[in-house]
Amino acid sequence: MADPIQQPDADSHSKTAIWNDPLFRSIAFQALAVVVLGWFFYTIFSNTLHNMESRGITTGFAFLDNTSGFGILMSLIEYDETHTYGDTFIVGLLNTLLVSVVGIITATIIGFIMGVARLSKNWLIAKIATVYVESLRNIPLLLQIFFWYALMRTLPPPRGSIQLIQDAVLLNGRGLYMPAPVPADGFGFVNIALLVAVIASIVLVKWTKKRQEATGQLFPAYWTSLGMIVGLPLVVYLIAGMPMSLDYPVLKGFNFVGGMRIIPEFMALWWALSLYTATFIAEIVRAGILAVSHGQTEAAHALGIPNGPTLRLVVIPQAMRVIIPPLTSQYLNLAKNSSLATAIGYPDLVGVFMGTTLNQTGQAVEIVAMTMAVYLIMSLSISALMNWFNKRMAMVER
Amino acid sequence: MNEFKPLPSLPPPASMTGVVGWLHKNLFSTPLYTILTLVVGYVIIGSLIPVLDWAIFSANFSGDDRTACETGTGACWAFIGNRINIFAYGSYPASEYWRLDICFVLLVLSFGPQFFDKFPYKMWLGVFSLTGFPVICFYLISGGAFGLESIETGKWGGLALTLMLAYVGIVAALPFGIILALGRRSEMPVIRTFCIAFIELWRGVPLISVLFMSSVMLPLFLPEGMNFDKLLRALIGITMFQSAYMAEVIRGGLQAIPRGQYEASKALGLSYWKSMGLIILPQALKLVIPGIVNTFIALFKDTTLVLIIGLLDILATVQASITDPAWGSVATEGYVFAALCFWVFCFGMSRYSQYLERKLHTGHKR
Repeated sequence: MADPIQQPDADSHSKTAIWNDPLFRSIAFQALAVVVLGWFFYTIFSNTLHNMESRGITTGFAFLDNTSGFGILMSLIEYDETHTYGDTFIVGLLNTLLVSVVGIITATIIGFIMGVARLSKNWLIAKIATVYVESLRNIPLLLQIFFWYALMRTLPPPRGSIQLIQDAVLLNGRGLYMPAPVPADGFGFVNIALLVAVIASIVLVKWTKKRQEATGQLFPAYWTSLGMIVGLPLVVYLIAGMPMSLDYPVLKGFNFVGGMRIIPEFMALWWALSLYTATFIAEIVRAGILAVSHGQTEAAHALGIPNGPTLRLVVIPQAMRVIIPPLTSQYLNLAKNSSLATAIGYPDLVGVFMGTTLNQTGQAVEIVAMTMAVYLIMSLSISALMNWFNKRMAMVER
Repeated sequence: MNEFKPLPSLPPPASMTGVVGWLHKNLFSTPLYTILTLVVGYVIIGSLIPVLDWAIFSANFSGDDRTACETGTGACWAFIGNRINIFAYGSYPASEYWRLDICFVLLVLSFGPQFFDKFPYKMWLGVFSLTGFPVICFYLISGGAFGLESIETGKWGGLALTLMLAYVGIVAALPFGIILALGRRSEMPVIRTFCIAFIELWRGVPLISVLFMSSVMLPLFLPEGMNFDKLLRALIGITMFQSAYMAEVIRGGLQAIPRGQYEASKALGLSYWKSMGLIILPQALKLVIPGIVNTFIALFKDTTLVLIIGLLDILATVQASITDPAWGSVATEGYVFAALCFWVFCFGMSRYSQYLERKLHTGHKR
């Protein structure tokens, strides 16, 4: 009988065709990709140059030094029509950062409360938190911003202001008016006291931790720190003879003068961002708490650790490891979503710089690139920070 | 013999069964909870009554202009009824509404049966909804062929436009996302670098700046004389943006597949595309269904942003209608209506993903 198995042809195995060689394929494919991409970007680049030339737009960032000639509704630095386009960039950037930071703080507070409330043993509270999360999470943020803004617009005019605190905190269609603190001579001492208290608290917390690890004795460091941070500046303030006065808003004609004003656009954006992002944070917090098994709490109790330290030393650190990565990405989302401000006219980076400045100068490429770069730097630096934090928090396993 | 006779068991304490037991356990278990329940309950009832009164009892349901709503203190739902066509179809010509109606019906017909376990031909229906359905709808809506009047994209609007943006975005973002995710895990450095740069760039910037870019910068990129439709530009922006998010979700799934699966498929002699398509992706995609649907939901909500570059989606039509002087202040009614529309779709999608997750959870159920 003839051998049914064909002898493999030695030649064909040792020498595969070159297009079947994985290494050759990979190099050829990558070379092709580089060529195609290079051609693509070159075409875009030359088209853009050509188009800008034919429209008479000069390239470069020289326009940033030109006078802007438009006013901005709200500014954290000194700004008016005589300032430059470069200043509009800074004003917009600061406004974006302001609403992001304030929004992140409130969203975190609401989100943590709601996340814990969803796990409450009280049926009513758990259900309310569920309804809140499931309803607001499924409605577009832009719609919520419009809704809050429309609500702000229905507020009465300045003459019929709603008095939240008699003659001090007033709410009307033009915004929320509050007394502005005016520091007098000697207020610097209060600031120094605050700084001292913060440093002392950090030292105290470190010392407490060291002592606890060495001896096991507990010390209420957090309450003491809180007392120091509030108390010390207060005492200094009183000793220095209360070097601060309040500038109250006063109705003059049809509007208020003096005091501090928060514009309705800011309030609408702030509320919408906080309430919307808080629903996502609530879900993250809930998942994080559920991820810590109940055995951990029981084991801590079995070791005789009281309730408070169990929560602080056993449950929260483990939950935080699950919570922090998605939480940072929610913070990033909030910062990026703050760009929706432009829809209601809050002067954020996109609204001021990518909107008005772009329309006036026509420098589309430079302005879009600058704006995107700001958001990119923000995201990349926060995610770098998060990766570092993650590495520090990662569980050290056997 | 003295036989042992157990006493009949006592009934459970009244405070632990039935309604009383439930109340005791869930609402009044500790003094703190009792206070919380009472306070929260009081606040809810106190705020629910005026809301219900506004929305239902004092509301006006019919009428043609503001005079109909001047009588009551409640909501003016007559406004919604009056404008429902604009909200649904935008400024599409009224004589051609039937074309959009057919698309709505087709949408329901091709997705409705997916919710029923027993329905046969589900796979073919799925293939149809990804291939035939968009083509049919495109020709129906834009016209210009088969004797249908051509209707320019500027007239598309309302809920129809929102659904269209979301549908095209979803159908296009998923394959792009898969390719980007595979590219990010590729062994070829050039491809990998490009995919990482692409993903991180889009994920790092807000969608609104992408839309701005697509409307002010894209015309600069193209050769002179060539121009895209505004709607198409928005679609490209949304797709690019969401496919980057999709890629990250799918990468999570790819990373969760044990190495043995990759090695086994290689050992079987499967080519790269076969091992991905037959072994890795089916498992990876199944793992990340919740993430994928979350991206879909985000995309659906993000379609509202197109109003900033001047497209008339449902929110934009509501925005435009509430400023109409023919009706008084109806902002709240309009926004509540739009919110309800979005909520129904997004909540439905999230529930469907939970159902799918349970159904596909075949591997390691305990």
